[in-house]
Amino acid sequence: MLEIKHLSYVTPEGKTILDDINLKVDQRFVAITGPNGSGKSTLAKTIAGIITPTEGRILLDGEDITGMSITERAKNGVSFAFQQPVRFKGITVSDIISIAAGRELSLDDACEYLSEVGLCARDYIHREINESLSGGELKRIEIATAFARSTKLTLFDEPEAGIDLWSFQSLIKVFERMYEKMGGTIMIISHQERILSFAEQIILLSGGRIEAVGGKDEIMPMLMEGDLKYECARRA
Amino acid sequence: MNGLNISSDKLDMLGKISVMAENLTGAFSLRVDGSPYAKGSSANVTISAKKDLPGIDIRVKDGTVGEKIHIPVILTQSGIKDLVYNDFYIGENCDIEIVAGCGIHNHGHEDSAHDGIHSFHIGRNSRVFYSEKHYGENSPESGKNIMNPTTIIDIAEGGYMEMDTVQIQGVDNTIRTTKGKLGDNATLKITERIMTDGDQYAETRFEVDLDGEDSGTHVISRSVARDNSKQLYISNVNGNRKCSGHTECDAIIMDNASVSAVPKISANSTDASLIHEAAIGKIAGEQLIKLMTLGLTEKEAEDKIINGFIS
Repeated sequence: MLEIKHLSYVTPEGKTILDDINLKVDQRFVAITGPNGSGKSTLAKTIAGIITPTEGRILLDGEDITGMSITERAKNGVSFAFQQPVRFKGITVSDIISIAAGRELSLDDACEYLSEVGLCARDYIHREINESLSGGELKRIEIATAFARSTKLTLFDEPEAGIDLWSFQSLIKVFERMYEKMGGTIMIISHQERILSFAEQIILLSGGRIEAVGGKDEIMPMLMEGDLKYECARRA
Repeated sequence: MNGLNISSDKLDMLGKISVMAENLTGAFSLRVDGSPYAKGSSANVTISAKKDLPGIDIRVKDGTVGEKIHIPVILTQSGIKDLVYNDFYIGENCDIEIVAGCGIHNHGHEDSAHDGIHSFHIGRNSRVFYSEKHYGENSPESGKNIMNPTTIIDIAEGGYMEMDTVQIQGVDNTIRTTKGKLGDNATLKITERIMTDGDQYAETRFEVDLDGEDSGTHVISRSVARDNSKQLYISNVNGNRKCSGHTECDAIIMDNASVSAVPKISANSTDASLIHEAAIGKIAGEQLIKLMTLGLTEKEAEDKIINGFIS
């Protein structure tokens, strides 16, 4: 279980991005949503250790991970999938899945992870993770690495960003399969209704604060009527 | 084994440049400490010593397909200055592979140097895959390892050559010169990978003349410069007819190193299409973070990125 206590993040320039976040995540499929600039990505990055919070604690299964480095958190069960997957010249798909699995994978094993995310393994396994891969392909490879890790907590930062709607629709099935096969908690930052409607718990952020936490029946109607309010709030 | 009397330290050095004892059969030449050590020929490939200069002539008959020729050089004594001319005459319609390489083990106080000048004359419609690995080992107290390879390539109509050149470790000073001259429909692909550390210096000079109609070249250089090392990359591609040329120089810079790229492309025909790409920069922070989120330490992530980049 993930527990966040009084978490705040103020930039070196003095801008408050996260403001006293308190949260208990006890469901297995959780969505974080909210308008742009509400602090969603920053929250996910503080959990993964990429951003150090200015105040507060983060606990995973009761263990305080606030002081741990990115590497230590990764080893303790936190995975993070980037909004814009990173490209590497010279590192192949097979390499990155082996790194994720923490052992040298056989071709068959690596192929299995790729098949899980709907990629024909033979076409991809030896390809470099470079400019030749499309945004949708990179997202799938990123998810395959999360599959290979199968950690206690997997964070996805806006998986819909940078890919077309058609590609995203087919990606949702991959998340559903992940939910069925992986044991841990999946936390997805998303604006997509289909992701939100699949979530067991939705966290609504606004202006760096938690506006609401609840099931989809409770939160979805708030989102529908809330659009205008956020728009006005942003303009103010 | 092939019956050659080679000591284990020399075999070890050959292994460092990817040559095994069993490769030294058929058509091959092994040069040790500035002198010819052993050589052989096959039915289609004749290797003979030059009469006027140090070095060998390699003649490959028309239609030779599938042969692999090894011509390694090793220096194990300190203070040797070796200069060698190797000329390859490859007939028409061949498809062969040539493995060259130079390994220097220098634990004496004097500099050791090997200057290999390789000239390729590639006949019509022949394909040649050429690889060379340069490797050195010494200690801070010992003399420098110096290698100045020169490769001159002349490809006739419809010919194809792929050159794969690697220098990862132990070469203190190098000036690497490659010149290509291409006929109609000829193609030259060059891949270079270099890593320098300490106070090493590496300079690369590529010059390709695309003289033939529909000739093409693709030059890729990837390098890593660490510590106080310095690298200079110079490329010059001349498109003289309807042709295509692409050069790409990509370097990772670390510590106090410095890297310069001086690309030049010249079109002397309206049908010449030439592209140059150059990028020099440190390892991207997001690449390190990504690998750290997969459980690697920062140092492991750095090594993974570098090894991937130049392997």
